[in-house]
Amino acid sequence: MYDIIIIGGGVVGALCAEALSKYEANIVLLEAASDLAAGATGANSGIVHAGFDAKTGSLKAKFNVRGAKLMPGLCKRLGVGYKNNGSLVIGFSGDEEQLAELYARGVENGVKELSLIGKEELHALEPNVSPEAVAALYAPTAGIVCPYSLAIAAAGVAMDNGVGLEYDCRVTAIEKTENGYKAVCENGRSFEAKYIVNAAGLHSDDIAALVGDRGFSVRPRKGEYILVDKTQGKTVSRTVFVCPSAMGKGILVSPTFDGNLILGPTSEDVDDKENRQTTYEGLQKVLEGARRSVPCVRAAAITSFTGLRAVGSTGDFIIRKSADNFLTFAGIESPGLSSAPALAEYAEQTLLADGAVSKIKNGYKTERRPAKFMSELSFDEKNEYIKKDPAYGRIVCRCEEVTEGEIRDALENNPPAKTVDAVKRRVRAGMGRCQGGFCSPVVIGMIAKSLNIPYGQVTKCGEGSFITTGRTKGDQ
Amino acid sequence: MIKRDIVIVGAGPAGLAAAAAAYDAGVKDILLIERDGKKGGILKQCIHPGFGLHRFGCELTGPEYAERYIREVEARGIETLTNTFVINVSKDKVVTYQNGDGIFSVQAKAVILAMGCRERPRGALNIPGTRPSGIFSAGTAQRLINIEGYMPGKSVVILGSGDIGLIMARRLTLEGAKVHAVCEIMPYSGGLTRNIEQCLNDFGIPLLLSHTVTKIHGDKRLTGVTVSKVDEQRVPIEGTEIYFDCDTLLLSVGLIPENELTEKAGVVMDRVTGGASVDAERQTSVDGIFACGNVLHVHDLVDFVSAEAELAGQSAAEYVKNSSYAKRPAVKVEAGDGIRYTVPQTVHPGDTAEIYFRFSDVSRSVTVTAYADGVEKAKKKVPRAAPGEMQKIKLTVPENCEHVRIGMSK
Repeated sequence: MYDIIIIGGGVVGALCAEALSKYEANIVLLEAASDLAAGATGANSGIVHAGFDAKTGSLKAKFNVRGAKLMPGLCKRLGVGYKNNGSLVIGFSGDEEQLAELYARGVENGVKELSLIGKEELHALEPNVSPEAVAALYAPTAGIVCPYSLAIAAAGVAMDNGVGLEYDCRVTAIEKTENGYKAVCENGRSFEAKYIVNAAGLHSDDIAALVGDRGFSVRPRKGEYILVDKTQGKTVSRTVFVCPSAMGKGILVSPTFDGNLILGPTSEDVDDKENRQTTYEGLQKVLEGARRSVPCVRAAAITSFTGLRAVGSTGDFIIRKSADNFLTFAGIESPGLSSAPALAEYAEQTLLADGAVSKIKNGYKTERRPAKFMSELSFDEKNEYIKKDPAYGRIVCRCEEVTEGEIRDALENNPPAKTVDAVKRRVRAGMGRCQGGFCSPVVIGMIAKSLNIPYGQVTKCGEGSFITTGRTKGDQ
Repeated sequence: MIKRDIVIVGAGPAGLAAAAAAYDAGVKDILLIERDGKKGGILKQCIHPGFGLHRFGCELTGPEYAERYIREVEARGIETLTNTFVINVSKDKVVTYQNGDGIFSVQAKAVILAMGCRERPRGALNIPGTRPSGIFSAGTAQRLINIEGYMPGKSVVILGSGDIGLIMARRLTLEGAKVHAVCEIMPYSGGLTRNIEQCLNDFGIPLLLSHTVTKIHGDKRLTGVTVSKVDEQRVPIEGTEIYFDCDTLLLSVGLIPENELTEKAGVVMDRVTGGASVDAERQTSVDGIFACGNVLHVHDLVDFVSAEAELAGQSAAEYVKNSSYAKRPAVKVEAGDGIRYTVPQTVHPGDTAEIYFRFSDVSRSVTVTAYADGVEKAKKKVPRAAPGEMQKIKLTVPENCEHVRIGMSK
């Protein structure tokens, strides 16, 4: 019997788990996939928005501004990459009025340091922006963050504080019990708790419906992205947006925290909540859109991917009690990542008010070392680590310079990695320019050893995603 | 700081041959650094025959070929660090490496870069579709089969007819997998003719020229690929789609010289080869830094890698021994009509120079001519020009020459 079940290991669920883990409560985080951040958290722009986009007075505006303020401190504490790089919404001839509106809205939403700048200043800030851009809204408070690292680090601290994490637990039924709820998973396992926090992303409407709340729906909106090689990572130093439309903020060009360049997303409403395909047309649109803002963008792609934004039926975030002691976060589309720290803060306050948590634990953990840390150290510091443990000296992933020690830690430390993709999300092994061509056979071996399973049973991202199909003839 | 005469980065075929040659040229203080646990580089997983025909006049497997050079290096007592990763090479030849013992910097008198190349991954092609398991670069699949002893799949389509892709088509077939087709976006194969014969034709595996993979299917594991015909601009033609039911896609879509360290050292690069720009001695734009093997330009045969590496090893030894060694005047070699690139990129007036080059396109019975200041100096007939096969031409560069050009005519 748990006190609290959190459904969904995306950035919202993981940050809720972390915020609640400081209390004396028995908590479990249920994740449908074989790793955290497998949904929208793992496939988005990684932008911490300043907060001028959302309609004044909306939940999006409120949580965005608060979340963006909390983000730098939170990332520092959790050892997650965050950079305050600023953002620009560039305007072409005819866009001036919309920029002025965005500016006014930003000021009203409480965004600090906003300014409207002219052509000259814009090109002085970002020489590679299209010469046809005539003005821009400059938001120095915007930033970039590695979204999946944030979810993983938050879940890690939560687990260090005693929160349980269960992978491959897709909740398919929720029964009311005498003291609360019983969540039944597709794999047959069930978990009982007094309180449920529903942070199931695209499926948060399905989960709410399990307790009778059918008052809203969540639809997927597809966004295709291209991730460009680090050699192009300095094409722009700020995040460059175009003027937004009804379908979103348009195609952006931005550095990522890890030094790549990200282009995207497209924006297309789809029906299938599992449709993560990229398309030829979509990827063309991404390139065309990116080149409209930054003409010199080179298509030196490392990978392309699709994210599914969870668009709520109200047009705003949907934060409500789906039932007694059942808090739902739904429709957490952009600026969801930026808002997540504030949403977790809200969950904490709500559960305190509901009496689901009260007493703070002694000596709870709040900090965490970055998962990939060796390459950031000085020679002396590196030598100290290597002296204690030679595995920290041996490089396994040459493109991202990830050591055997860091990969082993990703497999052993909270939250443990069980798949090749999970290792990649934690320490970037296989995320570089060779895309795991050299290191994946080694990483597979390390996972097999850590899980004590045969090499052939290691998967890319959970059941069904097997990597090898049996031994070769001589080894049978 | 530790001081060494020559530090060689990489103990694959290039690094091994360079080490032995530098030693024989009189420099004994050599440090060979290898990131893998064993010497031999990628040859260790190339268990097929076909190596050494030029070099040794007999057919060897990759490991056998490597073993010959490993023995040479070991017989000379050349110090080799394995499981050691070079993190930086500076312009003034300080090599910084890290391994299980710590992180170290060595001041070298000369550095030979021999890091090899890597395969171009799927992302670089931007093939639309899902992101399931079952997509491998051909070299990764080769390692899984030949080193780890595991099959990457049972039902396979291969994209790209580079040599590794062709070799893997045969290897997978021999291991009992069904290889449906090898697709090549170009109207010709980038692989060696002998590999097309021995790896595809002998096993009845179709080679689909002017075809590429236009869609990946499957959620968890690959379930199929869509292949389309492409037009002359390499754009897929609608209505030509063929669906292959398969669990594996192998990519053999090009090799990229691994020059991250070269660029850190501030070496001038050749955008066509993806490697350093070098003179006839294989010296880069930075004094005392030499490059050879696939890090310099992707070779078709390891035999030529060995020859080039020996030249770089001898040059580096000369550089170390001769305190008055200065770069000799060099003139640019231009890749003219029909020629994609040349290595070296510069030659010395007064020397007899051997210039390696690749053709830009496929054509029959062509003549390659080397000109010095517009005057014909050497001529060579090639019955079948193909970008997949490296060629060379030798010429004597006149004393007062200002410009060399290699051109092709039909």
